[in-house]
Amino acid sequence: MLARPGLPQFEYVRATTSVGVHDLLSTANARLLMGGTDLFTQMRDGVWRPRVVVDVKHIPGMQDITMDPGGLTVGAAVTMNQLARHPAVQRLYPALAQAASSVGSFQLRNRATLGGNLCNASPCADTAPAVAALEAILVLSGPAGQRETPFYDFVLGPGRTVVGTDEFLIGIRFPAQPAGSAGCYLKLGRSRMGDLSVVGVAVVAFRDLAARSGYRFRLALGSVAPVALRVPAAESLLAAEPPHETNLAAAADLAMHAAVPISDVRATAIYQTLMVRTLTLRALESAWAQLQGAGR
Amino acid sequence: MSVHPIAVTINGKAEYLEVPAHMTLLQMLRDRLALTGTKNGCEAGECGACTVLLDGQPVNSCLVLAVEVDGRQVVTVEGLAQDGTLSGLQQAFIEHNAVQCGFCTPGMLISSQALLARNPSPDEDAIKEALLGNLCRCTGYGRIIQAIQDVARGGGAS
Repeated sequence: MLARPGLPQFEYVRATTSVGVHDLLSTANARLLMGGTDLFTQMRDGVWRPRVVVDVKHIPGMQDITMDPGGLTVGAAVTMNQLARHPAVQRLYPALAQAASSVGSFQLRNRATLGGNLCNASPCADTAPAVAALEAILVLSGPAGQRETPFYDFVLGPGRTVVGTDEFLIGIRFPAQPAGSAGCYLKLGRSRMGDLSVVGVAVVAFRDLAARSGYRFRLALGSVAPVALRVPAAESLLAAEPPHETNLAAAADLAMHAAVPISDVRATAIYQTLMVRTLTLRALESAWAQLQGAGR
Repeated sequence: MSVHPIAVTINGKAEYLEVPAHMTLLQMLRDRLALTGTKNGCEAGECGACTVLLDGQPVNSCLVLAVEVDGRQVVTVEGLAQDGTLSGLQQAFIEHNAVQCGFCTPGMLISSQALLARNPSPDEDAIKEALLGNLCRCTGYGRIIQAIQDVARGGGAS
């Protein structure tokens, strides 16, 4: 006897081209399947009762990681482990690789996808701060063709995105990073590994002669607002003033003041707020140390 | 509800089945093929008791549809022993008393088998990281980690 009743009934469609998928999505009470790690748990909890489950991960390109002079393109159904172990992602987009490797457990990361993590639009999605700090562009497929939307416009709130009822995410484009870019993703959970995040902080940093300080930092926070939160005040400070110890601490303070967490089962709001400062300072120091190391 | 014919290799043996769309790989293994070594724990991807190898990679079989494994290779705990001889990891789990109630053991063996395949000499942190998706509620993790370290040090062939 099963302890739980398994999944409710549905029809399964394995799409090998985007043709027809848009119609199904708009007319058939359909849900998309990529890794299934959110979809199936939510279906068991009664969140979704789709009549049709459309498996879109076999559409060409959905599981591919490609590099070109313009940057990195990640298919929506690329798994967290694919990202985490990809040498070019590790080298050029370390915040993304680290965020991917912080998700759940190893076996979950073999199924969980970048596109699914972003479209599920959980406030604690680990990849969201990294994707925000890397200023990614999301590519959506719709009946009239493809359209692109920057990630900062993509998530409207918890569980809500700009994806239309007849659209689906096919890829995520990361602009090429300046040579010698640094980055990291730091995550605090209730346990050292494997838990959902209480606070997540992504930092990307690079030399930029157009900035008065000579450096540009991009900072994004997870789990402390309805959506992944950039901190423009902190970024401006570090573009204007040299990123020495005092200014890194001041930027971390600005991040703490930008956070608007709510108390939940994982942590109180005040604890999250204080931890934003701690993790942001560590992340900034790590990125700054990487930049100085690269400069020698 | 749709029904789908699938061809899948399970523990080296070709199987041809018709599966309803909503059947999970876990249900197919246990209810259709009587491979009850793979356990049904949380059905939410948290406990790891249902972990199997899919094309050599560990996955939670409670979160994979049976229809998704068409044309692919699945290895369950029943496939670890060869010709009646336990794998090095299985033997080490016995020697280290790394089994108490045994419910987590199939998932632990599959996850550690996959770990040693990608990293033949993991340190203790790497073992803990690889097993964090496999919960044990009675044996304790110490003996399990010791058993894996023993095999990694060459104490048994995996």
